[in-house]
Amino acid sequence: MEQGSLLAKISEASCNIRSVLEMAGSLQVTLKPEPSVEERELANAAADQYEQNLTVNEDLKQMLESNKDSAKLDAMKRIVGMIAKGKNASELFPAVVKNVASKNIEIKKLVYVYLMRYAEEQQDLALLSISTFQRALKDPNQLIRASALRVLSSIRVPIIVPIMMLAIKEASADLSPYVRKNAAHAIQKLYSLDPEQKEMLIEVIEKLLKDKSTLVAGSVVMAFEEVCPDRIDLIHKNYRKLCNLLVDVEEWGQVVIIHMLTRYARTQFVSPWKEDPASFSAQDISALGMNQDCVIKDGVLEEDNEKDFYESDEEQKEKDQKVKKPYAMDPDHRLLIRNTKPLLQSRNAAVVMAVAQLYWHLAPKSEAGIVSKSLVRLLRSNREVQYIVLQNIATMSIQRKGMFEPYLKSFYVRSTDPTMIKTSKLEILTNLANEANISTLLREFQTYVKSQDKQFAAATIQAIGRCATNISEVTDTCLNGLVCLLSNRDEIVVAESVVVIKKLLQTQPAHHGEIIKHMAKLLDTITVPVARASILWLIGEYCERVPKIAPDVLRKMAKSFTNEDDLVKLQILNLGAKLYLTNSKQTKLLTQYILNLGKYDQSYDIRDRTRFIRQLIVPNEKSGALSKYAKKIFLAQKPAPLLESPFKDRDRFQLGTLSHTLNTKAIGYLELSNWPEVAPDPSVRNVEVIELGKEWSVALGKAKKEKPTEKFYSDSEEEESASTTDTESESTSESEKEKNGKEEGSSMENSESSSEELSDSESESKEGSAKKKFKTTEESDSDDTEKKTKMISKKRESSGSSDSESSSTEESSSDSESESDSESDAESRKHKNAIASKVSSPIFVPMKTHELLHRMSGKGLAAHYHFSRQPCIYGNQMVSVQVTLTNTTDQKLENIHVGERKLPAGMKMHVFNPIEFLEPEESITVSMGIDFCDSTQTASFQLCTKEDHFNVNIQPPVGELLLPVTMSEKDFKTEQGMLTGMNETSTTITVAPQNSTRLVLLEKVVKAANLGVVPSGQDNIHRFSAKTVHSGSLMLVTVELKEGSTAQLIINTEKTVIGSILLRELKPVLSQG
Amino acid sequence: MRKSKDRLRNESPNQNPRGVTDPGASGPDQSLPRPFAGAGGGCSAEGGAAKARGASGTWCEPDRPGRIKLLQNRVLLGRQSVSSTCTPLGSTMIHSLFLINSSGDIFLEKHWKSVVSRSVCDYFFEAQERATEAENVPPVIPTPHHYLLNVYRHKIFFVAVIQTEVPPLFVIEFLHRVVDTFQDYFGVCSEVVIKDNVVVVYEVLEEMLDNGFPLATESNILKELIKPPTILRTVVNTITGSTNVGDQLPTGQLSVVPWRRTGVKYTNNEAYFDVIEEIDAIIDKSGSTITAEIQGVIDACVKLTGMPDLTLSFMNPRLLDDVSFHPCVRFKRWESERILSFIPPDGNFRLLSYHVSAQNLVAIPVYVKHNISFRDSSSLGRFEITVGPKQTMGKTVEGVMVTSQMPKGVLNMSLTPSQGMHTFDPVTKLLSWDVGKINPQKLPSLKGTMSLQAGTSKPDENPTINLQFKIQQLAISGLKVNRLDMYGEKYKPFKGIKYMTKAGKFQVRT
Repeated sequence: MEQGSLLAKISEASCNIRSVLEMAGSLQVTLKPEPSVEERELANAAADQYEQNLTVNEDLKQMLESNKDSAKLDAMKRIVGMIAKGKNASELFPAVVKNVASKNIEIKKLVYVYLMRYAEEQQDLALLSISTFQRALKDPNQLIRASALRVLSSIRVPIIVPIMMLAIKEASADLSPYVRKNAAHAIQKLYSLDPEQKEMLIEVIEKLLKDKSTLVAGSVVMAFEEVCPDRIDLIHKNYRKLCNLLVDVEEWGQVVIIHMLTRYARTQFVSPWKEDPASFSAQDISALGMNQDCVIKDGVLEEDNEKDFYESDEEQKEKDQKVKKPYAMDPDHRLLIRNTKPLLQSRNAAVVMAVAQLYWHLAPKSEAGIVSKSLVRLLRSNREVQYIVLQNIATMSIQRKGMFEPYLKSFYVRSTDPTMIKTSKLEILTNLANEANISTLLREFQTYVKSQDKQFAAATIQAIGRCATNISEVTDTCLNGLVCLLSNRDEIVVAESVVVIKKLLQTQPAHHGEIIKHMAKLLDTITVPVARASILWLIGEYCERVPKIAPDVLRKMAKSFTNEDDLVKLQILNLGAKLYLTNSKQTKLLTQYILNLGKYDQSYDIRDRTRFIRQLIVPNEKSGALSKYAKKIFLAQKPAPLLESPFKDRDRFQLGTLSHTLNTKAIGYLELSNWPEVAPDPSVRNVEVIELGKEWSVALGKAKKEKPTEKFYSDSEEEESASTTDTESESTSESEKEKNGKEEGSSMENSESSSEELSDSESESKEGSAKKKFKTTEESDSDDTEKKTKMISKKRESSGSSDSESSSTEESSSDSESESDSESDAESRKHKNAIASKVSSPIFVPMKTHELLHRMSGKGLAAHYHFSRQPCIYGNQMVSVQVTLTNTTDQKLENIHVGERKLPAGMKMHVFNPIEFLEPEESITVSMGIDFCDSTQTASFQLCTKEDHFNVNIQPPVGELLLPVTMSEKDFKTEQGMLTGMNETSTTITVAPQNSTRLVLLEKVVKAANLGVVPSGQDNIHRFSAKTVHSGSLMLVTVELKEGSTAQLIINTEKTVIGSILLRELKPVLSQG
Repeated sequence: MRKSKDRLRNESPNQNPRGVTDPGASGPDQSLPRPFAGAGGGCSAEGGAAKARGASGTWCEPDRPGRIKLLQNRVLLGRQSVSSTCTPLGSTMIHSLFLINSSGDIFLEKHWKSVVSRSVCDYFFEAQERATEAENVPPVIPTPHHYLLNVYRHKIFFVAVIQTEVPPLFVIEFLHRVVDTFQDYFGVCSEVVIKDNVVVVYEVLEEMLDNGFPLATESNILKELIKPPTILRTVVNTITGSTNVGDQLPTGQLSVVPWRRTGVKYTNNEAYFDVIEEIDAIIDKSGSTITAEIQGVIDACVKLTGMPDLTLSFMNPRLLDDVSFHPCVRFKRWESERILSFIPPDGNFRLLSYHVSAQNLVAIPVYVKHNISFRDSSSLGRFEITVGPKQTMGKTVEGVMVTSQMPKGVLNMSLTPSQGMHTFDPVTKLLSWDVGKINPQKLPSLKGTMSLQAGTSKPDENPTINLQFKIQQLAISGLKVNRLDMYGEKYKPFKGIKYMTKAGKFQVRT
């Protein structure tokens, strides 16, 4: 029994299922009439079925809010699926953004994907995620830092521009080249979000251009091309480095760099094409090449070095040549050409093409030939690659046939090629045709004419026509061949032949009769309008040579006039007019009949033409003087049409560009400039070795005691080594951090919080960089350039020149002093140094602008300045000042620059680059660096425009002469203990009651002076620390709140003058409300 | 028929100031399929316009003007949307990517910057329609505000949207690299597979491109960042809760050998090299060679522990006329010694490809005797081909396959092969004959008659015959590997080398 009921239940259930299925089926049927993308997907995945309706979005929300990572991940995966399909998932934003801090890296990644897609639409909510990224930017894992930067810069929310700017600046000094690479990418993103940041970004670009990591090179050049392609001056110093690195850069970077260098070279070198290329013998080239070799091997182009070299006999030879020829290639020009050559062997078609275009635009004509082989190799690639390459070859082959002649057969067409490939190949074959190969080519063309692809067949006929005009030997053969084609069965072929024959006959006025007769007969069969029109035109043009046939043709045409195409009608009118003028006896009536038909034609074009012709040829009293000349007008000698390649004018575009492919100027196309008449100063590319020597000497001085540290980042450091040689080495924070963390992390007190702080700060540890530098010298470096530099710098070091004190030497010497003090306790020394030089990023305060020049006194030019509170990029001892220039006139202000400077002794100033012009109502922000020598003396200088100059001055508030430093409370106290007595100034002040809360107080103090906040254990004591910009002396500020509303303000510093001024300035800040 | 209506609706999201796809507006647009690639141009345009008029009631004439107006309208709308979504300087290399299948559905979209409306693809569809065949779609299509660069592979169009001047090959090469990566990840690259693995696809695309500029395209690196899906890993992940995403920067990325990951370990250390040569040739009617060249590649499968440094030398390196290398090959060494010296990537990769050009004499391993004739008077044509070996260096020719595109006038063919199978498709007029091995004693042949359309005259051209074949253990150029040595590691690897010659684009004109 029981079994029976069970069975019944089962059958019932199955019934239910069936009915459900049926319903589902009918549901599908009802939907069928308009099957859609969605629907097919619906059928595929049942889960997707509900995605559209809100309840399941609810479901997703719940999953996202659950505690289980797996549920979250699932939800995120489904959401990404939605995004991929282009569905709207924006309403999930709040739920998704919460997971941005997820521990699970995959969830995190997917949230990033989501954020990048939707942040722009939900800007307010997106801001919630920013702090997560800011935190991640300090993560010890470079991958996390890099990806945080990527996402932060990819969410296009204008409010965070300052944060992005800061992040980019920091990342551009990161130890990891991978992070720096990402910083370079972020530059472009920020620039497209806010072009106002251009100047600042250019600074970062300038810095990154100096980077010697191959990883960074491509990306930063890309950023350069996007942001400031006109600032070619930034390239000078990096030119040789880029040339030398090129082979090792990743392939995409290579393409960008090669294109940029092509443009660069066209502005900096003189044309190598002036001489007859043939007379430029191979010997010359090799001599030049060798010369170049030697110079480059030396790594640096030093004057004395070169002199040595030039005394060799090689030089003698070259001098002789110089007498003979005024042109000798700039060694840098040669360097570029030589270093790009190996890249022709790249597997990446884009790289090969880039090198090919470089050779085309830069190399002496005799050398450009080597690229053809590689380009021909690319023809084996995918059809898209073939298409682009063929187009470029087509342009090249017009100008220099010789380059591709040996590869003629590689351009033979296969029946399986796509039409566009076929026509491009045909184009090249036609360009390459000459007396020697034309017979083979024509045989090949015969095959093509028979092709089943009629469009291609027609193109072949045109090609034959072009060959016939270009090579006079074969004109007759071609014409005969084409006439044969007139009997072809395919209309398109015949029509094309007619058109081409027409053109050929015009150039060959000898043969006409027979061919024209033949073509007249064709009028009965051909229906293609162009062909009919061509035949009629021919008959009209040469009607005197076929006097019997022409009137008859006109008769036939008169009959069919109304049914013809407009194009044909116009030619009938022409024919009528011409016959009327030459043979009016027979054709007068016919012509008038046609003119009458034309008068009432639907097309106004034809009506106009009819009216015009009637007035011109039919004499009446009104017709003016013109009708006398009617015959001359109609039957004038017409110049033969030129059969030209459609690629004729493409060479106005740089090869390998999109504009070239489209044959129109694409948005953002950068014109390739013409060679300069006289080469600009080549010495701008010389890299200064003096700085190098300094840095190395530091390295060597410090090096002795270093134990080889664990090779945690050995690879990256190897690359880093390069960058330190000629960049200012403030870019070292991360390594130091890592090392400190590794070596003494455990020994540090309150290690948790202090390490946090350390990573917050942007370190500038000179010692750290020195260590590293030394290590890299130790590391065997295969690059011989590097070795040479090293040797030179060693020499420099021994000579011990120290005219201009660079900060690094100073810093390091102070370091070494401290080193000797406490050498026994290496641990604590390191610790201390690390603290003393950790410059933290400034606390954000509202910007305070000062007036530099009022618009009234500046005749319309207004200038304001503010202190950016960032470490200055022009020099470690400088304070960076942002100057905003505004043009309030209604005219362009031109050439704004800094003129005469009146600076107190010791002060230095790095001025902004002259501004070419400033449009009315526009303003521009430029940055300057001023070294105030830790004094509040005024920097006076002249701000000049084209016409005027105005005396202005900048006096820094004492608070701006500082850079914030982070340290722990304990360190603060130790430092303070060492700065007592004369170094301490203090005063008692009355604090306004509203200022006594911690937050307000901090804000007030930090606003007044660029101080860093030291975490404090006591509620009533607040500590701040900073260092002076010029000398790096510590500046410690303590505010101790007492009973009542009094407070003790203490300042400890070596720079007592500044200390007391600061004290005086802080007093009112705290006492006033 | 649906096309224009489709387009009309498609524009609606554009009017949204941010160019954001509004669910309400985009719903109906997706409810209609894309026009089929080969849809007749004129007819569909007229019908479309008529339908559009029916829908909105304002369109003027039921023929071309309607279409023109439609287009103008779209251009206008396009401009609006662009001016509002994109900052004027928002230039980037690759802005967006759309994947479109052969029936015209956009089945995946990815944006690296602001969202570009799908309607931009309409220009692509238009070009596709004009081209009639997929491979005739121009790779570069300009639109008023964007440029569409596409590649067609595995029956999928990969359409990249760019906004400013960029070397077109850069984008095209990158798109091909994307396809290669997908293939590498999923084994095959098809619509179904991409849809199934959409999350991985998205993650990979995210890593490959940053702000439109390639970031990581080396598959060895990508695989460390995002692990390819395998059944085993999926199971493990669900149990252990670990993920497919790597949290360490791939070691290779920063090293001097960015293509190789570190810490590779194998129990069996093996290195296999395949020398594969393809002959491209055009043979004329009389059997003489018009042009012939050899394209060779050396594909490697290297599974070696640690950081092996390999050198590969040839008996006759001078044969290699024009070479392109994997980035791992030390170019200087090749220039000076003609030895390939490299630290290989892990797994499969193409070590080099080379070209033996038309100037050198190329041995043609097979010949085709053919007798194809149409007569003007009769509706029957004769068809006879025989394939035989020529210069095969004593090796057997295998995998022979003959295909030929017959003229349109051919209605049917009745043929008898001496061996193998043959088919003729009366619709596409494609004849294919799977021959198999060639036995030199008994040459394979295919004989019979063609029936032609009555009344029409004979075709101008005889069909071209395309040939495929394979010859094992032979490099037709004569290239021979001399030896392979390994330095830098202690163990003895197992080494293997294989030669093969194939037909590339091998055509016989008749």
